[in-house]
Amino acid sequence: MASIQVRNVRKVYKRDTQEVTVLDGLSLDIPDGDFAGLMGPSGSGKTTLLNLIGGIDAPTSGDIIVGETNIAQVRGPQLARWRSRNIGYIFQLYNLIPVLTALQNVELPLLLLKMSGKERKRRAETALQLVGLGDRMSHYPRQLSGGQEQRVAIARAVVSDPAILLADEPTGDLDRKAGEEILQLLERLNREFKKTIIMVTHDPHAAERATHVHHLDKGVLSQ
Amino acid sequence: MNFLKLVLVNLGRNKRRTFLTTMSVMVALFLFCALGGVLDTLNAAIEVGSETRLVSRNAISLIFPMPLSYRERIAATPGVSNVTIQNWFGGQDPKDPRNFFAQFAVDGKTFFPIYASDMEIVDASPPQMQVAMPSGMDPKLASYMMERTACVVGEKLMLKNKWKLGQTITLAGTIYPGEWPLTIRAVYRAKNKSFGDETMFFHWDYLSEKGMGGSGSVGVYVLQLSAPDQAADIARKIDATFQNSSAATRTESERAFQAGFVSMYGNLPFVIRVIGLAVAFAILLVAANTMVMAIRERTNEFGVLKTLGFEDGTVFRMVLIEAAAITLIGGSIGAIGAKLLIENSGFNAGGMLPPMSVHWRTVGTGIGVALLVGAVSGLIPAWQASKLRIVDALRRVN
Repeated sequence: MASIQVRNVRKVYKRDTQEVTVLDGLSLDIPDGDFAGLMGPSGSGKTTLLNLIGGIDAPTSGDIIVGETNIAQVRGPQLARWRSRNIGYIFQLYNLIPVLTALQNVELPLLLLKMSGKERKRRAETALQLVGLGDRMSHYPRQLSGGQEQRVAIARAVVSDPAILLADEPTGDLDRKAGEEILQLLERLNREFKKTIIMVTHDPHAAERATHVHHLDKGVLSQ
Repeated sequence: MNFLKLVLVNLGRNKRRTFLTTMSVMVALFLFCALGGVLDTLNAAIEVGSETRLVSRNAISLIFPMPLSYRERIAATPGVSNVTIQNWFGGQDPKDPRNFFAQFAVDGKTFFPIYASDMEIVDASPPQMQVAMPSGMDPKLASYMMERTACVVGEKLMLKNKWKLGQTITLAGTIYPGEWPLTIRAVYRAKNKSFGDETMFFHWDYLSEKGMGGSGSVGVYVLQLSAPDQAADIARKIDATFQNSSAATRTESERAFQAGFVSMYGNLPFVIRVIGLAVAFAILLVAANTMVMAIRERTNEFGVLKTLGFEDGTVFRMVLIEAAAITLIGGSIGAIGAKLLIENSGFNAGGMLPPMSVHWRTVGTGIGVALLVGAVSGLIPAWQASKLRIVDALRRVN
């Protein structure tokens, strides 16, 4: 089970002597298996919320309960291990390691799990075939198009079979056709593989793919 | 794909920078081990001397001679089984004055038997007639013993100068002026490496008659002991015997004598150690600078790795291994290269020192220093990378 409960979360950043409140007592429920969209203007706190749910940033106060774990209470290596088992992250600019091939990039998260090199390779190949890049495994990121790079990033996100996928504007850097392919892929992962997906987007067309869309404005839900 | 491969791939990310850093570490470690080799060689020079032989020299300084008349009195000291004499000659090859090599005038009848365990005669001119050889003397030296101007030369010195057995070499005397023709009648090989194969020995009588007008001054006396365990007592007795003479003696073990000889170079070991430390510090800065640059460029990637679940400790180790790999590879090539190159050069300061060598212990120390430099230079970037906040690291990209 990977339902997500965000409870009264505040996030305040300190910039020099000034404090900036990015999330202000936000509460939100995302059921297991949901495809949730997060929309809102720049600076509304979408990416911050995504980072908090993914355990890559900590809230100033409040609770974030994923499954049965309140990750607001988890720190350090335990949080890193939790991330490696439960979260797949998809970035707007793909963030592949340029000196690794597509296959090696997808293998990266598996280095943290106990398995043989052979098993790692087999799983990474399966993930790349799933995103339609079975014939691009030995290509380096610079040899791939933007859409293909994002598909490699999605393969990397799903290879360790996490319950939750967090996508931060996954189509933001792609043309319409490539963006459409990525959205179809995310839909498929949600529908066929029951992944809980939270997608930050500015694009209303992309948001239509989500089963629920949450709008943020100035750190609070607007509807 | 595994962690090690990930580290190696990162090393190949900026090949030119990795290559140049590795080369700089290699050159620095070559220098470090070459300097260590000088220390090894100086120590080997001390080890040439035996603890069971004594050397008597003028108490004031090695450069002042002693009368030949001391010989009988030294030989009569209880516990002394044999005494030989030798003088530093200091001649030059007039054809090539820079071709320096050591020459000693020795009393062959006693010198070669005393040093029989350190050298062997490997080639010699046949004698023109049969002669009775002193006890303990190699019969191959018969031709040398019969000829006043004969000499015995180390085989490496022969090879270096392309000399032939029977050839006459004319030296120009510096301490003892004049031309000194010497005919090569035998070739020796050192039984232990530190004894050296690049020295010339000739008759002390020849030097005495031609160079000292028959006055017979002696540079040093070398004493073979029948009771080596009483060496200290024997040395004290000899020095006491000549305490009030015109030339008081200082008697010490041959090893201590060699150490004193080496100390004439001044505090060279200290200077060498200081330079070695400076070299190590310089490569530390080079390696640290490289690692800081390499890590700064990859800030976003560390953010990505941490997002995937890489722990701070894992990131710390990866950076540290990366730094250590650069210095270890460069350092190993430099250290082993120093051993191979220096030992094959055969340099021995013209026979004043044993052939220059770099001990494996020095190579090991060099590689250890390289590893340490890698670890220290990687420490700060590794710490910075491991402590990066993911959101800060990712922000640099997005």
